[in-house]
Amino acid sequence: MLPGSQPATPVRRGLWRDLRSLTLFSLKRLLALFLTVLVGVYLTIYIANMGGQVDELRLVQIRSTVGEEVRADPAFFDMPAEERNALIEDRVQLEVDRLRLDQPFILRSVDYLQQAIRLDLGRAEQMHSDTGSRQVYDIIVERLPATLLLFGTANLLVFFISVIVALALSRRYGSPMDRAVIALAPSSAAPAWFYGIFLILIFAFLVPLFPAGGMVQVPPPEGTLAYAASVLRHMALPVLAMFLGSIFISIYSWRTFFLIHSSEDYVEMARVKGLSSGLIQRRYILRPTLSPIITSFALMLIGLWSGAIILEQVFNWPGLGTLLFQAIGHRDTPVIIGSVVIFAYLLAITVFLLDILYAVLDPRVRMEANR
Amino acid sequence: MSGRWSQGLAQLRRYPSAVVGMGLIALLVALSIYTVFAIPYSQALDLWRGGETWRMHPVNARPVWVDRLAGGDLPRSQIISGSRSPVESEPFEGGRQKRIELAFDYDSSAFPSELNLFLDARFAEREPFVRLSWHTPDGREIHLGGRRVTGKDRVSISQDWNLERRLGLVPHVGLLAEPDTMENPVVQAGRHALVVEAVLFEEDAALDADLAVYGRVHGLAGTDHQRRDLMVALMWGTPIALAFGLLAAVGTTITTLIIAATGVWFGGWVDAVIQRLTEVNIILPLLPILVMVGTLYSTSIWVMLGVVIALGIFSAGIKMYRAMLLPIREAPYVEAARAYGAGHARIILRYMIPRILPVLIPTFVTLIPTFVFLEASLALLGLGDPVLPTWGKVMNDAQAQSALYHGFYYWVLAPAALLMLTGLGFAMLGFALDRVFNPRLRNL
Repeated sequence: MLPGSQPATPVRRGLWRDLRSLTLFSLKRLLALFLTVLVGVYLTIYIANMGGQVDELRLVQIRSTVGEEVRADPAFFDMPAEERNALIEDRVQLEVDRLRLDQPFILRSVDYLQQAIRLDLGRAEQMHSDTGSRQVYDIIVERLPATLLLFGTANLLVFFISVIVALALSRRYGSPMDRAVIALAPSSAAPAWFYGIFLILIFAFLVPLFPAGGMVQVPPPEGTLAYAASVLRHMALPVLAMFLGSIFISIYSWRTFFLIHSSEDYVEMARVKGLSSGLIQRRYILRPTLSPIITSFALMLIGLWSGAIILEQVFNWPGLGTLLFQAIGHRDTPVIIGSVVIFAYLLAITVFLLDILYAVLDPRVRMEANR
Repeated sequence: MSGRWSQGLAQLRRYPSAVVGMGLIALLVALSIYTVFAIPYSQALDLWRGGETWRMHPVNARPVWVDRLAGGDLPRSQIISGSRSPVESEPFEGGRQKRIELAFDYDSSAFPSELNLFLDARFAEREPFVRLSWHTPDGREIHLGGRRVTGKDRVSISQDWNLERRLGLVPHVGLLAEPDTMENPVVQAGRHALVVEAVLFEEDAALDADLAVYGRVHGLAGTDHQRRDLMVALMWGTPIALAFGLLAAVGTTITTLIIAATGVWFGGWVDAVIQRLTEVNIILPLLPILVMVGTLYSTSIWVMLGVVIALGIFSAGIKMYRAMLLPIREAPYVEAARAYGAGHARIILRYMIPRILPVLIPTFVTLIPTFVFLEASLALLGLGDPVLPTWGKVMNDAQAQSALYHGFYYWVLAPAALLMLTGLGFAMLGFALDRVFNPRLRNL
């Protein structure tokens, strides 16, 4: 045996073992997550239909709208009463067939479930997109950019600013800046919409610098640049509201987190060794805290999906939150289920990716999965 | 254990934010207790339903102190009661003539917001007839026309289109203005009077008249679009918000804790089931479900509370508690308890949970405002409790009536300030508690 080839085999065997356990672990997690999504989505379907009671409401609604239509139509004015009633019945039946209300709810709910799981979102019952499409997919996709733009901007700002500021603060804790942030942290007890109301009051009414709501001027300005400028002006207040609502608590918790990790023995050791503070920060503080940072970043990204119903309502922002609120108001279950399903999938995929990432980043997880 | 608690409390006093927070909470609790005794629950609901109770209150009047601080002299409401005004009565064959002079001093430089005359006639057969005229301080007399009184009548002088055309101004401005100041009306200060000349066609018929000169300011809190005094909602909002926040926080924390401890203690499939349920629950979005429950089932605050607690049972907190409880399960004192024959429930409730309670206190305190704001959020979406006066509902009314656009800032700011105080009080206390009970943070 050559001396050089000696260590190669154990390494390869170690890698092979790691890969196998990682695959096994991933498969188990995948199955568990799939079941989770299945149950979660079914529960949503059940709640959105009130366990089938919404059907009765819908039936009453259909009957009254169809009756109105037929009675208001001049073409049927001279029709005898019986014939007209028969016509109404026919039309109600058509609508019932369309919505499959004659089947028992349990059957339909299972049907909804398998469609939802296959991401076949189907057609909305009442709502339609601005372009007139009845497809749930189109309706959701139409609102997606608005939500992503607003919440993406605000959350990315909050995330990066808070991590960077927190790192800086954790280096000189006890300074006036640090104490100011601690004192301000309780201000985040109020949600973003709350600050939104104040911002609207101040910057839209007292000092009218920014519009009070909406996404673009009405009518929308011509030209891409003017359009973008208008959107930016409309975004200013909601972004600021979200920023104020979470920046201080965010800085505070990251700062505490970094402080706890920077008082670990191995960091002290590095300091004693005389390493530069930049090196200590990168290798001794950021490296072991990487996985929580990535986790919270990923969870923040998925959080974008659902938008925020109330903030969007307060600022009249045409995003997914508003859409969900309208869908609930219209009892349009396909739209409700559609947005929850996509959220569930995104969450499950992110959790799965995080699991794998942990297994790669953190050797302890691998060992645990092996056992 | 109790030593640790009292020691913790003693340490709290060294944090100014904790003292301020406790002060705020004490203030809110005191206000709640006072409210519950001053305005009993059923009376508060009655008042908040609105209607005739509030007919003598102005619409959208701002708080008095706001105006006075700004150096204004906006008028308060004046109710001129006929029973305390000079009345001349002159009987005739089969009836009576009556003259009621409803006089009042007006010295504000701003006009009132509305004028209403309330007539109350009691008769057997024939309705009395009244003729109304307005007497200004400079001796002008403006006729407001005549009418029959059919019982309890409201004469909305401000909505008299004929009069408005004659005066060229809205009646509550035109009647009190100096003559010939059409473009820029100026109040004529002095003693104005509304004279009611009535002819009663029966011997024992009676007629009462009350004039309401609605002001532009009212009380400490102002009024809303339905003339309701906002004070009722602001005061009653306090106990409701505190109760909702506290119950929701207690409900979710305690149940979550017990379930986490149960899972850790039994391990195996129980733990696995609890873990999976938690993961399912994380997928369910809380607010949309609450909105669904609100639109489809009921908007009662207690149903909402139930749903919040139900969805909070398997919350993400379970994962955290589990991590804290796992080492405790192996602790020698738990083993000792097992050895002397303690049951499962006893070990979970008396040995495991008390051990991590101190760590949870801060989380618990900071959780309260979250639920207070959740209730307000639901109300802002129009899903507030249909009968209860809450801060969120006041803000929802304000939003619906475009209060900010119309400049009724007090309508939004007062409930918002109370919400903020509640949030700050609990958050400041919670943050200080966190540093006291989590020794790892104390030296930072």
